Amino acid sequence: MTTLSIDHVSRWFGNVVAVNDITMTIGPGVTGLLGPNGAGKSTLINMMAGFLAPSTGSVTLDGQPVWRNERIYRHIGIVPEREAMYDFLTGREFVVANAELHGLGAKAAQKALATVEMEYAQDRKISTYSKGMRQRVKMASALVHDPSLLLLDEPFNGMDPRQRMQLMDLLRRMGDEGRTVLFSSHILEEVEQLAWHIEVVVAGRHAASGDFRKIRRLMTDRPHRYLVRSSDDRALAAALIADPSTSGIEVDLAEGALRVQAVDFGRFTVLLPRVARDHGIRLHTVSPSDESLESVFSYLVAA
Amino acid sequence: MYDPTVARLTYRALLGRRRALILGALPLLLLVIAAVVRALAGADDQTAVNVLGGFALATMVPIIGVIAGTGAIGPEIDDGSVVYLLSKPLKRPTIIFTKLIVAIAVTMVFSAVPTLLAGLILNGNGQQVAVAYTVAALVASIAYAALFLLLGTVSRHAVVFGLVYALVWEALFGSLVPGARTLSVQQWSLAVAHKVADGDMVTSDVALPTATVLLVMVTVLATWYAGQKLRSLTLAGEE
Ligand SMILES: Nc1ncnc2c1ncn2[C@@H]1O[C@H](COP(=O)(O)OP(=O)(O)O)[C@@H](O)[C@H]1O
Ligand SMILES: [Mg+2]
Repeated sequence: MTTLSIDHVSRWFGNVVAVNDITMTIGPGVTGLLGPNGAGKSTLINMMAGFLAPSTGSVTLDGQPVWRNERIYRHIGIVPEREAMYDFLTGREFVVANAELHGLGAKAAQKALATVEMEYAQDRKISTYSKGMRQRVKMASALVHDPSLLLLDEPFNGMDPRQRMQLMDLLRRMGDEGRTVLFSSHILEEVEQLAWHIEVVVAGRHAASGDFRKIRRLMTDRPHRYLVRSSDDRALAAALIADPSTSGIEVDLAEGALRVQAVDFGRFTVLLPRVARDHGIRLHTVSPSDESLESVFSYLVAA
Repeated sequence: MYDPTVARLTYRALLGRRRALILGALPLLLLVIAAVVRALAGADDQTAVNVLGGFALATMVPIIGVIAGTGAIGPEIDDGSVVYLLSKPLKRPTIIFTKLIVAIAVTMVFSAVPTLLAGLILNGNGQQVAVAYTVAALVASIAYAALFLLLGTVSRHAVVFGLVYALVWEALFGSLVPGARTLSVQQWSLAVAHKVADGDMVTSDVALPTATVLLVMVTVLATWYAGQKLRSLTLAGEE
């Protein structure tokens, strides 16, 4: 049982608050840390990995502090976001060096290379590797000592679909074996496919927590905004606002369009064409105006 | 205290093709200068002292020290690959001490060996001048490696600061401000060389006991402090 506890952790860089009073517990299984770019995921992972001191609060692994405690790395495997490795080494030399630094030998390294299916390219220089190959060798270096906690910062970045699938299978297996696996991502689908549990971080704050169904619900239950252009905006607005599925309408004169906010997504998608037909109004444009993940996240934070 | 894997990684990074070329350039220049001077002026003890003292010890050794000392850790910290050392159950002072040993060895090889060869070319080690400056280069290698390893640990601009120290402080400021010479690795190593060479062929502004104490102190303190800095080195994301 390996449990990582983040207790009222904040971290600021000068005036920038990168992580704002986050408390969470990461237990066995696969946890996804989801948030848009700049949310503070890397900062949080760096603190979990003992590479960065929290400005306030504490990070502990089974009760042991993580910061300034190098013995903790017997239990932690880390796959950093940054690309830099010892590019002048071959993949095998790199993983062997990582094994030796743990007091292990070439056998452990070979096993890790086999796990990530990199044996075929192990004798090539890392400088010649593709992004996905680098990622897998980084993974092997994190696995040599059979850690009970695995931290991965944006591990799927730059991977092709096949490599992504392989790594997902591998992480799933690690989770099934009872290891504590935490990975970060800014892509909802990635996290949904893999994580048993999701922690959402937005603008440095802990926005939501739960399994993917709960997070999905939070994301789809939010108000949806649409930009609508029609043959008679005024009449359409009057007819739509009468229905409870519509919570707000704005006439945007500059755009020559309506901005509609719908609270009940399902009902609204049925309502709009019906109302238009009933009033003899032609719909020119109906487009969701804020479907970006960014806006979903900012909604979650405001909630 | 010494980790062979850390040492191997450091050697390979330091002696990679590009850096090895830079490390080899100055020693080569020294040998060329020595050969030309010998051919033009013949064997002369004072000329040997001028070349070895003025170029080898005053310029070449500190620059090699900067490249090896900062290069033993600075690039790893800059590009973030140091994370693969830091994410291991290794004592931080062990990492520093190992890198110090490597930096010293590389500085010695690339500075003391060419100094000896140049001395032999210049005057065939007359009055022990070649050996004296070789000893000075060996001694200076230790202190420079420690100082510049610390600099590489604490600063992203270690090479620039290192060169400024080596060239401005050691060479220029030292000759203008008398007190500054007491705080000069070059003078400390000259104090040792003075004992080796015959008579007063090689002189230093610092007495040997003072020089020895300062050399040991600087080396030990710089190494200890670098270990402390590495313990609290933070790795944050790129902005
Ligand atoms: N070393 C640093 N110095 C200053 N600001 C930083 C530093 N690292 C991160 N930040 C800031 O902290 C915030 C969170 O960054 P980060 O943790 O990298 O986010 P994410 O990994 O979710 O994209 C950003 O606003 C970023 O600019
Ligand atoms: Mg990040």
